[in-house]
Amino acid sequence: MIRTAATILRKDLRIELRVRESVPAMTLFTVTVYVLFHFGLDRDSLDGELASGVLWVTLLLASVIGVSRLYAAEREQGGVDGLLLAPIDRTALFLAKAGALLLFLVAVEIVAVPAFGLLLLGPGLGGALPELVVILALGNVGVAAVGALVGALAAETRARELTAPLLLLPLLVPLLISCAQATEPLLRPDQGPEDLGRWLGLLTLYDVVFVLLSVAVFDYLLED
Amino acid sequence: MYSKGLKPLAIATVLTTAGALALVFFYAPLDADQGFVQKIFYVHVPMAIVALGGFVAGGIMAIKHLRSGDPSWDLRSYVAIHQSIILGVGVLITGSIWARASWGHWWVWDEPVLVSFLVVFLLYCVYYPLRFSIEDPDRQARYSSVFAITAGAFVPLNFVAVRLAEAYTHPRVLSQTGGSLPGEMRLTFLVSLLAMGLLFVTLWKLELTSKHASAQLRRLKRRLADRRPAAVA
Amino acid sequence: MPALPLDEAGKYVAGAYVVFFTLIVVYVAIMGAKIARIDRQLTELNELVEDE
Repeated sequence: MIRTAATILRKDLRIELRVRESVPAMTLFTVTVYVLFHFGLDRDSLDGELASGVLWVTLLLASVIGVSRLYAAEREQGGVDGLLLAPIDRTALFLAKAGALLLFLVAVEIVAVPAFGLLLLGPGLGGALPELVVILALGNVGVAAVGALVGALAAETRARELTAPLLLLPLLVPLLISCAQATEPLLRPDQGPEDLGRWLGLLTLYDVVFVLLSVAVFDYLLED
Repeated sequence: MYSKGLKPLAIATVLTTAGALALVFFYAPLDADQGFVQKIFYVHVPMAIVALGGFVAGGIMAIKHLRSGDPSWDLRSYVAIHQSIILGVGVLITGSIWARASWGHWWVWDEPVLVSFLVVFLLYCVYYPLRFSIEDPDRQARYSSVFAITAGAFVPLNFVAVRLAEAYTHPRVLSQTGGSLPGEMRLTFLVSLLAMGLLFVTLWKLELTSKHASAQLRRLKRRLADRRPAAVA
Repeated sequence: MPALPLDEAGKYVAGAYVVFFTLIVVYVAIMGAKIARIDRQLTELNELVEDE
C-alpha cells in the first residue's frame, strides 16, 4: 500500500512540477495577501498576536487554493473513476493526496514565512524559528489530512469551488486556534515560547483524530 | 416503524416543558449579577447542548449507515442534523439576545459555548448544499454520512479549542454557563435540559414518520401508475 | 454591567422565549401541513383503488 501511495504521490508531484499551478499560485496568493494586510491594517510591522493571526489566516486561506486543485487532475480526465477500476487501496490514494498537499504547503512556507518576516514582522524571525518549524510541521499535517478529505468530499458536488472552502475553513478552526496561540509568544518583541506544550498537545490531538478519521472514512467516498 | 411511542413521548415532552417553564419563572431564584435576564440561560443553554448532541448523534448514526449500508440510518442522521441546525438558529438568536441584555452588545466573544457554536453552525450549514448537489442517491447518502462523521468528531474538538483560547483572551472567574450553580438553579436547568431533549427526540421521530410515510406514498403511486397509467394524477 | 431593571429585562427574556416557541410552532405547523398533504393523497389513492 505504501508503494501505491508513493507512486500516486510521485505522479502528482511530477504533474505539479510540469504544470506549476498549485504551489506558485498559493505562494503568490500568500505574499499578495501580506501586502493587502499592510494596506488594510495600515501597519508597517506587526508583532505578537496580530502577526501570528495574519500569518496563519493567510496560510490557511492559501491552503484552500491547494485543496481545490488537489483532485483536479483526476476530475479533468474522468480520472477518479479510472482509478477506481484499478484495484488500488483507497487509503493509498488518500495518503498520496494528503502527502502531496503537505509537500505543497511546505514549499509555499519556505517562501512565504521568510517573506512574512521581511514584509510584516517587526521582531526578527530568527529567534522564533525552531519552535515555529515544529508548529508549521504539525499544522501542515492537520491541514493536509483535512484538506485531502474535504477535497474528495467536495469533488462530486456541483459547486465544488465553493463547497471546499466552506467545508475546510470551519474544520480548520481548532487548528488555527492552536497554531496561532502557539506562535503568538514567538513573534513578540520579547520572544520566547509560552504554553507551547498545551497548544502543541491540542494540535497533535487534532492531527491524530483527523488523520485516523480521514483514513477510516475515505474508502466510502470512492466506493461504487 | 418510527411512530412507535410517539404519543407518550409527545405527552412527556409537553408535561416536562410545562414543568420546566414553571420552575424557571416561579422556582428558580434571581441571579445576583444578571437579574431577570439570566432566565434566558434556561432556554439558550439546553438548546445548545441538545443541538450539539444532535450533531454528534447524527455522526454516530452516519457511522451505522456506512457500516450497514442501510439507508434508514442515513435518514435518521439527516433528520437529526437538520433539526439540530434549526435549533442552532435558535441558539444563536437567543445567545445574541442574552449578550445584548447582559453586556449591551448583540454579540460577545466571551462565551465559549456560543462562539464554538457559531463555528459548528457555519460548518453544518454546508451540509444542505453538499447533500443536495449530489444527484446519485446512494452517493448522496454516503457523502452525507462522511460529512456527518467528520463534523461530529469536530464538534468536541472545536469546543475544547475555543474554550482554551477564550480562557486566555477572556479570563473569567465564574463562567456564565459553567461554574457552580446553586441547587434550585441546577434543578431548573436539568429539567429544562430534559424538556429540550425530549422535544428534540419527539420532533425527530415525528419528522422520520412523516418522511417514511411520504416515501411509502411515492412508492404506492408508482406501483399504481404502472398498473393504470391513465388514472393516477 | 449592572442588572437591567425588571421591565427592560422582561422584554429580552420574553424575546428569547418567544423565539424558541416560534421556532417550535413553525416547525410543527410545517410538519402538520406535510402530514395533512400525505393524508389527502392517501385518501385519493384509496378511492382510485376502490374504483377498480
